[in-house]
Amino acid sequence: MSTLPVPTAALARAVNRRDFLKLTGLAGGGLALAFYIRTDSDAHAADAATPTSGGDFRPNAFVRITPAGNVTIVSKQPEMGQGVKTSLPMIIAEQLEVPWEEIDIEQGDYNESLYKGQSAGGSQSTPSNYDNFHLVGATVRTMLVEAAAQTWGVPASECRAENASVHHASGKKLGYGALVAKASTLPVPAKDAVQLKEPKDFKLLGSRVAQFDSKKIATGQPLFGIDVRLPDMLYAIYEKCPAFGGKVVSANLDQIKALPGVKDAFILAGNGKVKELCPGVAIVADSTWAAFSARKQLKVVWDEGKVAGESWDDFVAQARKNSGQPGARSLRKDGDVEAALASAAKTVTAEYVYPFISHTNLEPQNTTAHWHDGVMEVWSPTQIPAIGVGLVNKVLGIAPENIKLHLNRAGGGFGRRIGADYLVEAAAIAQKVPAPVKLTWSREDDLRHDQMRPGGLHFLKGGVDANGKLVAWKNHFFTFGEGGAPGSGGALSGDEFPGRWVPNYLAEQTMFDTGWPMGPWRAPGSCVFAWVMHSFIDELAHAAGRDPVEFRLELLGDKDEMPGAAGGRGPAPSYNVARMKSVLQLAAEKSGWGKTKFAKGSGAGVAFHFSHRGYFAQVAEVTVAKDGQLKVDRVVCAADIGAQIVNLSGAENQVEGSIVDALGTMMFQELRIERGRVVNGNFTDYPMIRMPDAPAKIETHFLRTKYPTTGLGEPALPPLAPAVCNAIFAATGKRVRQFPLSRTDLRWT
Amino acid sequence: MPKYSLTVNGQSRSVDAAPDTPLLWVLRDNLELVGTKFGCGVGQCGACTVHLNGEPTRACMTPVSTIGRRAVTTIEGLAATAPKGAELHPVQQAWCDLDVAQCGYCQAGQIMTAAALLKNNPQPSDDDIDGAMAGNLCRCATYLRIRAGIKLAAGLATGAKGGAK
Repeated sequence: MSTLPVPTAALARAVNRRDFLKLTGLAGGGLALAFYIRTDSDAHAADAATPTSGGDFRPNAFVRITPAGNVTIVSKQPEMGQGVKTSLPMIIAEQLEVPWEEIDIEQGDYNESLYKGQSAGGSQSTPSNYDNFHLVGATVRTMLVEAAAQTWGVPASECRAENASVHHASGKKLGYGALVAKASTLPVPAKDAVQLKEPKDFKLLGSRVAQFDSKKIATGQPLFGIDVRLPDMLYAIYEKCPAFGGKVVSANLDQIKALPGVKDAFILAGNGKVKELCPGVAIVADSTWAAFSARKQLKVVWDEGKVAGESWDDFVAQARKNSGQPGARSLRKDGDVEAALASAAKTVTAEYVYPFISHTNLEPQNTTAHWHDGVMEVWSPTQIPAIGVGLVNKVLGIAPENIKLHLNRAGGGFGRRIGADYLVEAAAIAQKVPAPVKLTWSREDDLRHDQMRPGGLHFLKGGVDANGKLVAWKNHFFTFGEGGAPGSGGALSGDEFPGRWVPNYLAEQTMFDTGWPMGPWRAPGSCVFAWVMHSFIDELAHAAGRDPVEFRLELLGDKDEMPGAAGGRGPAPSYNVARMKSVLQLAAEKSGWGKTKFAKGSGAGVAFHFSHRGYFAQVAEVTVAKDGQLKVDRVVCAADIGAQIVNLSGAENQVEGSIVDALGTMMFQELRIERGRVVNGNFTDYPMIRMPDAPAKIETHFLRTKYPTTGLGEPALPPLAPAVCNAIFAATGKRVRQFPLSRTDLRWT
Repeated sequence: MPKYSLTVNGQSRSVDAAPDTPLLWVLRDNLELVGTKFGCGVGQCGACTVHLNGEPTRACMTPVSTIGRRAVTTIEGLAATAPKGAELHPVQQAWCDLDVAQCGYCQAGQIMTAAALLKNNPQPSDDDIDGAMAGNLCRCATYLRIRAGIKLAAGLATGAKGGAK
């Protein structure tokens, strides 16, 4: 089992000396010591984790058992549709030996000192918590078994836990509720004294479990941030400059304040940071509709600033003009690419371009905030609560201990709610309003003030030798930056595949600095680079007259591990070539690669990608009608995310969703940015994939390997677009080199 | 402000609202029925779908003044239309059984549209399903499970493994 580092200094502050000494046996193990601390001395945690408060057994921050035997598990991670409120508690339930149907799950509020890390991003929830949560569940079970053993005066070794009870070899049995009083008096056992259940004995993990909140979702119960309702609550909108970061010169506030239902209207100066608190005009009203209606009458004079001189088309023209020049930065240089290209048997030159896109969470950004008694109390759908609290502290000067943040289910994350601009806007408005206030963004706000996925252009040249082997690869990549650094996902690593695998390789980067807000979008970087690299690899395979799977297997080579930065994303230390080859071969086998005879207009394409510690290969089968209409008939996905699938239903849902999301993104999505602002406004001019375009069939195959269990929110997405575009080429001979797909004429005769 | 008398989920409800207030906001702000969701405000995403006299309708585009005596059914009231003895409407039950949702934000609208489809067309083909559901966006892209959920609710073979039970 791997261990996570424990911040020992912070820990020592949170623990009184007696407990700390008692627990030092654990410190060497380093594993989740925080979970086992009796946190009586910790002000933040006192009411949540005192072992016996209210007569309940509360051995740690995550498990609570009442004398009546009711078991509650607290889910600390933000839930945004990735299923973490179900999957992580399943791990505890498995080790605790409590039937899933008997468990209640509560969403924890933000409490860093109690939970030590609450963050939903980077597909990290599973790998960061998997081992810890096994230990949490097993530790509580061990205490309950010990309580029963002491009650009966028998050795604990003669007792076992099953079905929320402890059983003795003699046939005696006590339910967990009956053991609560005794267990509450016992010391928390050291890690070494806790026996973990073996994977072969798992009953719950790996099975298909519906999300804990399924019924609440299906019956429309309040769950989401936008559903928050407080007594005497008011409703707000916040109008920002259409051009990113522009300032308010003046607004017709008096006229707005006189409108029906309007309680107040005021200007916020902002803090000068486009992803923090932008300048704007707040309208506070007694209903959402009153605020929305008043907004239609709002007239603001803006100072747009120099961002108004920045348009996508100008940057693209500039990139094309300079594509033949050396890049501003060298990312990787192996061998002699120019000489290798000059002596190659065949070369291919191509330009790949993809636009800026939006996250388009279906639940528009919103937050409810209440400034009372010197405390900023906030209810928000957020992915990383610490960022929101940090912003409120920084921008409004409220001490972190006076910021209380409740986590609500988020109607989609995809990286957007890592940014907390909407949260700090709500808090800034609430500071001026003597009542709780809910800020609701319109769809137009959401599209026009996203923290966008950056677009990019790749100018590529590659060569194969007389044996059809890839020998040269050159890429001049143009990316977009803010404040002097590439936007999130806009930095290409020199280690990005096939960097490291091609003997003569040159990657260079030129950046356009902008005032445009950018942020992480599901599988940042990977979501576009996989398309560019695997499309161009496909071009070279076809130029060499080689089978695309065979060409890739040869490219991956014979080494099992390739050291490097894993594409610069995620903490994986190296690229496990053997794992990738296994999933590539599995996808080929399960799809019947090379065996299917396709009619003209139909074909198959393949791609693979490693990101977020997961190895994924996909084969897409498509049909392109003569009028150019694309239909994805089938996608076969092979995945290696380690030894254990936590929730098979959730895992398959994440893979299917990633695949359809990737397809919709490549088919339709494009933010048009002119004069420093997004021109699109709603789904009318920013189309999203709908059911008729979803693939007819998706097959997911998980390889169970010896490696640690890792996350699934992102890594299934990147290979889809290249697999589909490579299939389009196989079907029609047409190569898709720009997104969205509508920019390529796919008609054929 | 004018007063409107509405029939919502079989109950008579009275609200004070400006005449152009969309039913969506009357439900959410005045009547505390927040299951009907705001997604776009222009009838494009379907998250606000309710039934008016059984017809699927975009609540964000329906001013309160135009509803009159038509019966409003929201996601909160759908289970009450289930066959006797069933706790949930068959579409809601299928959604739970197949673990359809991811974030879940669009699913009230999906379920309301699907329930209306099955009422008019109890044995829909794949094309019927795609056609009826094309107005409802799912950002998490759970379309394959939504298709399967509709088939399960219709008693058709799905081939889907989906969720829990």
